Amino acid sequence: MSDSRPVSLPIVLPDLPPPPRPALLTRMGWTGLALFALLAVVVIPALHLGTAPSHPLHVSGYAVTLGGKILCYAIVAVAMDLIWGFAGILSLGHGLFFALGGYAFGMYLMRAIGTDGVYQSELPDFMVFLNWKELPWYWSGSDHLGVALALVLLVPGILAFVFGYFAFRSRIKGVYFSIITQALTYAFMLLFFRNETGFGGNNGFTDFKRILGFSITTPETRATLFALSAAMLIACLLLCRHLVTGKFGRVLTAIRDAESRVMFIGYQPLWYKLFAWTLSALMTAVAGALYVPQVGIINPGEMSPANSIEIAIWVAVGGRGTLIGPIIGAFAVNLSKSWFTVSFPEYWLFFLGLLFVTVTLWLPGGVVSLWSRLNGDKTS
Amino acid sequence: MPRSVFAIRFLGFFWFGLLLWIPPLHAEWDPQLARMLASGDFDSRIGAIRQLVASGDPKVEGILKAMAEDALAVANDRLLRHSEGITVDLSTGTTLTPPLPAMEMVSINNRIRREIQAALALLRLFDAKREVRLTAAVALQNRATPEMVAVLERAMEKEQDPEIHDYLFLGLALSRLNSPDPAQRLTAVRALGDSSSPTVKVTLTRLLQNTQEPNDNVRKEAKTSLDRVSRRLAIGEAVASLFSGISLGSILLLTALGLAITYGVMGILNMAHGELLMIGAYTTFAVQTQFRAHLPELLDAYLLAAIPAAFVITGLVGVVMERTVIRWLYGRPLETLLATWGISLMLIQGVRLLFGAQNVEVANPSWMSGGVMPIPGVVLPWNRIVITVLALLVLAATWGVLNRTRLGLFVRAVTQNRAMAGCVGVPTSRVDTLAFGLGAGIAGLGGVAISQIANVGPDMGQGYIVDSFLVVVLGGVGQLAGAVWAALGLGIAAKALEGWVGAVIAKILMLVFIIVFIQKRPQGLFVLKGRQAEH
Amino acid sequence: MLRRHFLKLLSLTAASVSLGSLALPTPVQAAETIKVGILHSLSGTMAISETALKETALMTIEEINSQGGVLGKKLEPVIVDPASNWPLFAEKARQLLSKDKVDVVFGCWTSVSRKSVLPVFKELNGLLFYPVQYEGEELEKNVFYTGAAPNQQAIPAVEYLMSEDGGSATRFVLLGTDYVYPRTTNKILRAFLTSKGIGEADIMEEYTPFGHGDYQTIIAKIKKFASEGKKTAVISTINGDSNVPFYKELGNAGLKATDVPVVAFSVGEEELRGVDTKPLVGHLASWNYFMSLKNPVNDQFTKMYKDWAVKNKLPAADKVVTNDPMEATYIGLHLWKQAVEKAKSTEVDKVIPAMAGQSLKAPSGFEIKMDEKNHHLHKPVFIGEVKGDGQFNVVWKTPGPVRAAPWSPYIPGNEKKSDSPSQ
Repeated sequence: MSDSRPVSLPIVLPDLPPPPRPALLTRMGWTGLALFALLAVVVIPALHLGTAPSHPLHVSGYAVTLGGKILCYAIVAVAMDLIWGFAGILSLGHGLFFALGGYAFGMYLMRAIGTDGVYQSELPDFMVFLNWKELPWYWSGSDHLGVALALVLLVPGILAFVFGYFAFRSRIKGVYFSIITQALTYAFMLLFFRNETGFGGNNGFTDFKRILGFSITTPETRATLFALSAAMLIACLLLCRHLVTGKFGRVLTAIRDAESRVMFIGYQPLWYKLFAWTLSALMTAVAGALYVPQVGIINPGEMSPANSIEIAIWVAVGGRGTLIGPIIGAFAVNLSKSWFTVSFPEYWLFFLGLLFVTVTLWLPGGVVSLWSRLNGDKTS
Repeated sequence: MPRSVFAIRFLGFFWFGLLLWIPPLHAEWDPQLARMLASGDFDSRIGAIRQLVASGDPKVEGILKAMAEDALAVANDRLLRHSEGITVDLSTGTTLTPPLPAMEMVSINNRIRREIQAALALLRLFDAKREVRLTAAVALQNRATPEMVAVLERAMEKEQDPEIHDYLFLGLALSRLNSPDPAQRLTAVRALGDSSSPTVKVTLTRLLQNTQEPNDNVRKEAKTSLDRVSRRLAIGEAVASLFSGISLGSILLLTALGLAITYGVMGILNMAHGELLMIGAYTTFAVQTQFRAHLPELLDAYLLAAIPAAFVITGLVGVVMERTVIRWLYGRPLETLLATWGISLMLIQGVRLLFGAQNVEVANPSWMSGGVMPIPGVVLPWNRIVITVLALLVLAATWGVLNRTRLGLFVRAVTQNRAMAGCVGVPTSRVDTLAFGLGAGIAGLGGVAISQIANVGPDMGQGYIVDSFLVVVLGGVGQLAGAVWAALGLGIAAKALEGWVGAVIAKILMLVFIIVFIQKRPQGLFVLKGRQAEH
Repeated sequence: MLRRHFLKLLSLTAASVSLGSLALPTPVQAAETIKVGILHSLSGTMAISETALKETALMTIEEINSQGGVLGKKLEPVIVDPASNWPLFAEKARQLLSKDKVDVVFGCWTSVSRKSVLPVFKELNGLLFYPVQYEGEELEKNVFYTGAAPNQQAIPAVEYLMSEDGGSATRFVLLGTDYVYPRTTNKILRAFLTSKGIGEADIMEEYTPFGHGDYQTIIAKIKKFASEGKKTAVISTINGDSNVPFYKELGNAGLKATDVPVVAFSVGEEELRGVDTKPLVGHLASWNYFMSLKNPVNDQFTKMYKDWAVKNKLPAADKVVTNDPMEATYIGLHLWKQAVEKAKSTEVDKVIPAMAGQSLKAPSGFEIKMDEKNHHLHKPVFIGEVKGDGQFNVVWKTPGPVRAAPWSPYIPGNEKKSDSPSQ
């Protein structure tokens, strides 16, 4: 970002005062956020832990796990909105960063099993099974939570940075960018499917036992992870909101709308895009790391191109460029998925497909735009 | 091993029978034979087959053929041929009318099948027709066992045709390598130089490695022959590898050509492209089913009918898609991507509900089954050859439509400058619909091709979408020639890499290559000349 | 507020979708029922294999209900669609156990889906019946395995190939899709072959990625390997979807079963529906059940399924087939019913001990027994050759049911393993 200083121009522009920075959130927004925080970080975990299963207000383990999973998805949706909604870059490879974050944390969880696995070995079961005698080098240190957390950020971060640097420098954009991100996640999926790659092949990581010494299946752990996911979602939302309301966000939006003009007036779009892109990948990776202990499995299926496209649909359904919309989208699509796959299992794909078509045709602003339309709101 | 002694004794008996050529018996076969064929373990069945062959009866061929085709039945100690509802008594040749009491089908396994094949081939060496003898001689060239030598020699003596003679000689050469006479070994080794069988290569290599061959001349000759065989095998392998690359390339081309029009020319990012392939394949299946039901005698021609049917049906699906969804999204490629992805999900589930989640069976017509052997040892499957030809034809037709017809002219005009084309009276919206329909129809043809080599199931399209996009993007948008080079290049490179590093790594390397390539040349291999502003 | 708006919209859309689709199955609610969860993918890549198991389970439930149900109550199926998505398997399993409160679950096909739901079943003390042949190396208290362990499928098949009837093969190609089942099976087979005196040079091991569709190179390799002097056989653990391109290529490349027989462990009647079997006659498969088996129980089983397909208007109902995992599902449901009746309760902790030693005259024609200890069935092994009509001709079978060895003795370290699940 430091490189984005404007080039000196021959024409002296009138020294206009910068437009006032909009508030981070409106009053109503803050209230809503506070309510959400209270509900997700305090009330739901408390109800899950503090009430008997027969109690009418009890939140079941199923609901908490499902909710926690969707909270992670919502983080991804916010991250996706930052680059798609504001920078106009549609990534069809965000599933990759999600999975890499998940794998990095999964490595820690696998090591934390210790000798409680099927083969009672220090090595993860799948390595015993491949006749490996020692951990490969890239597993070293993964038994420390700190190293694992660093890996969660570093691996997807560096990958996103390098990939983004070359792609944006070559000014690849639009559908080209979408397609090469898809090719990237597809290539990684094939790589991780291989058993020799050293990440458990098709099965991936599963059967985790504990996290920081706590059993992973207890309600306490589950409630903690749920609250953590909610907190992380709020943090990501605020961070993104902070970025897009400032100058950075304005330049980003300008790049989205007319990249050439932004260049002509002296900005270098590369660093803006790269920053947003890498940040988005990092948030996605963190979501992946939170996701794995909650669902109990990570495998290359998460990197399939279809998964990444589904992320885009959460954002589109909720409303691009709104940050709050994608969260709603992630919840709406995933809750309806949970409901449909039980009530009308055969018709789930019809519904999902119809949703894609309807939203793009008639609701380009997403569900959020319905709200403003109904209220005659001026905000877009 | 007592078992093999038993087997050799039996074999001896069998070939001895052939040699003597016992005059045909007119009596019925021993009823015990029929019983042995029908029940009992595989050893006794093989014994029964050998007794039958040894009897020298000309009807034996009929029995063996029926047996090889799983059509032999036994009822009341009589041998019958029962297939497709018709039952023939094999000893009298009369057709029997059902119901037949206590008919039991004779089941066989691979061991018996091998026995029958060898027996039939040996019997056929004495057939009156040249072709029959030739096929039998070719089949026996690598299979000759020491026990067969006598029969082969007898056949060679009688054989007038030089080509068949050579094959028989080749068959004999392997067994003559162990002859005590150095002259015989020398001719054998020399003859083997004409072979293209890996078996011969292995035999000769062993012969040279082990110092069991005392004669220097034979060793020298063996070395020359080995070199010749090895060279021929290497050429064969190279040809086979190149062909598999071209074949993969032409499949990639067929799957990507439709997309080259919809995406490359029109700029529509159609994620349902894979499903259009799927619809083409299902149309092929439906046509095949109709032929089976109504025109069984023309079943082999079903593919010819499927080609226009797939084109029309898939094209219509494309037209409907364009009219209902895509036309509202022109100029918004990312939205098109999402909407068409939605359509693809609905198409998949629709087909799944209609035809079932299971794969359906699309059989190769008989003229596309099997393969041709241009060089001995290299089999090029007919289905792949036909698909390569089809790819060329479709390519030529597409090129013709785009460059030699009014529609093509309009399409190119609209692509280059929509507003201007509209101004001079091109009905742009109708051109869009037709062009999209054309692209979809071509995808349908790709589906017909795929149905001949791969799965036909609701999900099949998903496997092709990434590859097709990569071909189009690599080739360069708006260019048919680019797509052709990209498809062929990817196909041949993928196959060459696969032999070297395995299928998974080969695929990953291809993807990485494309990602890197696009960094260097974002417009692909071929760039449309002209001033194209960024959108 | 916003959410409510959206949910309203959502339910409207949902209602219109469901109206449009009409013929939806409406579960009949009996006064009091026993809930049975069915956890099979109805969409996604695994739908190919798993939909038939869902149908079999529903058919068996109807059969049991028509005979008076279990403990005087009707069984009520609860169907969910995990959509071939492994994390969704875990979520749906949790939902079945904790929300729908089912007493037993029949489901999963792939090993990864089973691994994904295992922690959930352990945590919530559920009961899963897993109906597919698998790699072994697992024994869980909460799972009953009604498919084959490697010693009930792979080892007998290789023994057959090495026998005189099977072609006395002394050279083997181990070909599979790259995932845990082929890897483990091949590991076991390699150790087994070595113990039979087959040298390293005579074993070729090859893996292809999922959904691999171009087998030209591999078939060329096999051809070359097979032509080097010794009798060769191919042992295929290729996953369902890749089999069609593999067999089509095999047939067209002129590799006949009489030259190089291929024995497959994942190809049954259902998979062959997608292939023209005429060029494949003579290739082999090893299973614990074939549709072509002739015995009264199987006649009744196949007829029941055909009637079910016609009655429920399944696609291509006139051509439906039965296969090994379907038989395993059928056996599983009946054994569970017997165990519940013995335990006089559907409580998991009472049903598990009651399962031990339950037996049944199965469609395979044998008396099938649930082992007293190891949660696996004693099953017969059949080897069938592909026929031109897509069915199998049984050429070899074990004299009687074989006990499963989930911990294969050919994998080092397994000798210490306990033969019953840890509590």
